[in-house]
Amino acid sequence: MIVIVASLVLVGVVTALLYLAFAESLDAVRQPMTTYVPKSDHAVLVHEVYKFIFWLAGGVFVAIMAITLIFSILYRERPGQVARQFHGNSRLEIVWTLIPVLIVAAMAVPTFSTMAVTSKPAPDGALQVIAIGHQWWWEFQYPELGITTANELHLPVDRPVNVTLESKDVIHSFWVPQLTGKIDNVPGHDNHLWFTPTEARPEPYLAQCAEFCGMSHANMRFRVFVSPTGDFEAWAKASKADRVTPTAELALAGAQQFVTSGCIGCHTVQGQEGAAGKIGPNLTHVASRTTIASGTLDRTNANVAKWLHNPQAVKPGALMPNLGLSPEAIDKLVAYLDGLK
Amino acid sequence: MATAIGVGTHAEEETGLWSWLTTVDHKRIGTVYAMAGFIFFLIGGLEALAVRTQLAVPNGTVLDADLYNQFFTTHALTMIFLGVMPMGAGFFNYFIPLQIGARDVAFPRLNALSLWIFLSGGLLLNSSFFLGGAPNGGWFGYAPLSSVTYASGSGMNFYVIALLVLGLSSLIASLNFCVTIINMRAPGMSMMRLPVFMWMTLVVTFLLILSLPVLTVALLQLYFDRMWGTSFFSPATGGDPILWQHLFWIFGHPEVYVLILPSMGIVSEVLPVMSRKPLFGYSAIVFAGAAIGVLGFGVWAHHMFTTGLGPVPQVVFSASTMAIGVPTGIKIFNWLGTMYGGNIRFVTATYYAVAFIALFTIGGISGVMHASPPVDGQHQDSYFVVAHLHYVLVGGAIMGIFSGIYYWFPKMTGRLLNEKLGKLSFWTMFVGLNLTFFPMHFLGLAGMPRRIYTYDAGMGWDTWNLMATIGAYILGLGILIFIINFFSTMRKPADAGDNPWDASALEWATSSPPPAHDFDVIPVVRDRDPLWYDRDHNIAKQEVPEHNHIHMPPPSYFPLIVSLGVLLLAVGALSHLAVLALGTLVVIYGVWGWALEPTD
Repeated sequence: MIVIVASLVLVGVVTALLYLAFAESLDAVRQPMTTYVPKSDHAVLVHEVYKFIFWLAGGVFVAIMAITLIFSILYRERPGQVARQFHGNSRLEIVWTLIPVLIVAAMAVPTFSTMAVTSKPAPDGALQVIAIGHQWWWEFQYPELGITTANELHLPVDRPVNVTLESKDVIHSFWVPQLTGKIDNVPGHDNHLWFTPTEARPEPYLAQCAEFCGMSHANMRFRVFVSPTGDFEAWAKASKADRVTPTAELALAGAQQFVTSGCIGCHTVQGQEGAAGKIGPNLTHVASRTTIASGTLDRTNANVAKWLHNPQAVKPGALMPNLGLSPEAIDKLVAYLDGLK
Repeated sequence: MATAIGVGTHAEEETGLWSWLTTVDHKRIGTVYAMAGFIFFLIGGLEALAVRTQLAVPNGTVLDADLYNQFFTTHALTMIFLGVMPMGAGFFNYFIPLQIGARDVAFPRLNALSLWIFLSGGLLLNSSFFLGGAPNGGWFGYAPLSSVTYASGSGMNFYVIALLVLGLSSLIASLNFCVTIINMRAPGMSMMRLPVFMWMTLVVTFLLILSLPVLTVALLQLYFDRMWGTSFFSPATGGDPILWQHLFWIFGHPEVYVLILPSMGIVSEVLPVMSRKPLFGYSAIVFAGAAIGVLGFGVWAHHMFTTGLGPVPQVVFSASTMAIGVPTGIKIFNWLGTMYGGNIRFVTATYYAVAFIALFTIGGISGVMHASPPVDGQHQDSYFVVAHLHYVLVGGAIMGIFSGIYYWFPKMTGRLLNEKLGKLSFWTMFVGLNLTFFPMHFLGLAGMPRRIYTYDAGMGWDTWNLMATIGAYILGLGILIFIINFFSTMRKPADAGDNPWDASALEWATSSPPPAHDFDVIPVVRDRDPLWYDRDHNIAKQEVPEHNHIHMPPPSYFPLIVSLGVLLLAVGALSHLAVLALGTLVVIYGVWGWALEPTD
């Protein structure tokens, strides 16, 4: 009897400690990519299913660990003890076949009912976004709004968004843990997911590619900004517009450098003649983004310079060539890019 | 020297390198499989330590991205195909004839062939590090990342060819074992008297026979895409990357049951013997094992829940995946039922078997969680899956293998591994593996994706990653202690006796190690636990007849030659048509000689 109680206490203590560790995941400030603090309609539904299964699983865990420990202690060999010779017990075996069936059936109900909701097509009037995976950055297009941007996705709160998932090269995966489970961007396939973000806030929701896509898979990060409707519309209006024309001397020199160094071959800057390249990110409003290099560097002039000096040092395998730019050329470009708000 | 493992000191036993190269003795073949498997397991472990060291701190600089991607790819390939499967094959080879009361497998030369082909495959895969880079597209090799456009070096060519070679080895071995178990059982050993380890082996052979051809097709299609511009998997020219995933996982899922069933069989051998009572619910365990095998072919697309399959396939595969949890649960309960009311001898083998029950349950629980597609939308490709797979493979398969090692070591070598070192090794490994893999659940729930060579600070991932790295080194230390135990034990005299555990199966009815011909007299089987039945009914061991002519298959070098031909074919497929042609000639010569050589 003491053995049983002591074992249960031990298992209970261990389980409690583990539960506390799991509960760490509730801190979305220290763990900005947590799956435990859902901020969209679908993410909340999914988290409800997870919680239910977690408790079922927890029960099974405690039961099996306790029984294993108790039996190990109660039935360890002792002088004079004789093992009971039996081959089975049909009634018991039927019971412990039925119990897992019931547990699994219990899991299936919320699973399938949630899928019935999330697999419906996006409602009419949903904001349309196309998320295109490239090695190793994210292109975002808003086809109805005429906007093309990169690596930072802006969404209005409380409006469903239908994200069409495409890829220009290999399989990527769109994952914003606080807003949605992931679906893969498979080249040649027409995948999509939709959700309604429910909390606007100034800090972005962090996100990352979740399907191994080559050398810099670890560096293919992005950010999602959920804003009140008014702020979103202001952002959309500014993003659709042509570039801010440079006036300062260094920035003007930078615009010129942007052409002579061949940047226009890969990058689009709307409003700059000839800058219509589609291979790299759209830079028309790059200065209004908070990060560069697909979420891996804060957008400071020093970091932009670092990137221009040697893209591969920042992002191994980066497909932007190292142009061997002189420090003067870099200064000009940095000034130009910093003005593209 | 006549003190090599598995070799008795009988005069009939040849010694020397040539005798090992031409052996067709299942015990020698099993020994080489097991030792090579263990060495590759260590290599896979070093690859893991490299990966974990790089991830110990954010923005680590131990491995660059390119090398990291090679190491995580080869870690998985090595552990699965060169570590766990061959160690399992080592036990299959050594113990199938002994447990069914036969003297060897059905096709002894074919047995040797599968060994040499396996060693060629392992050599080939590891040589890639020095020949332009190891495969770096993940062990699952998803298209189009695996195409020549995105993986332009030779690494993925090595991936294709090494897996084709290893698949050939496994297929040959599976056919051999399947025929052996069905056809060569001793008198009185009906199918329902087979040891559970034999049943699990039989299911494994069916899984491999039916799934390897699918992988072979997929690999050949990838090879054609890469070498000759076909378009099976490239969307740009009409192919579909999802086709690769279906083909790969139709093999890949049964493969994971191939990895776990042998260990489930081992636990089913060890627990009754150590508990000193029969296995609880033998029929249920056998049928559950077979059910897992059959159902295992119906769950593959749970690896593809996030690929945009659509709701109908998701519902179907989610249901089948949840269903497969039921036979698995039954086995756990039956093992606990075996312990209940027992008089359990807690030797090291027992510790590993009991640890299997607890740790495999944890892995099973996390697996069943992401059997739900909505939940899998968050878990897929995160560290939560890494936690799941390592609990079932390290907490499950490896624990089972180590239990088998300690259990069968006296039979194979005549020596009992030291118990003090054994328990120290066990606890170190137990603490290490839990410290490594439990935090990965938290990392996954905190949003850390898999297969990333580094991560940023400020994500809340630092502490768990450091803990996991420390755990990995502790796990490594535990394995080192085992290696020390092995070497120090081999210096001791071989005096364990025929049946040190008072076990019930037929391998314990002969000497430790067995003579070359396994049994002096083929035993007659009267019960599922033959030795216990004979002991309890005072049935004496059979008399050896005065003229006991035993014909054993003679050694042959033709398996070695055919294997050399296969290796040349493989090298040729990676380099030059001329080498391919040479390989074909060598294979033809080898098969010709094999077919015509006298077998008496």
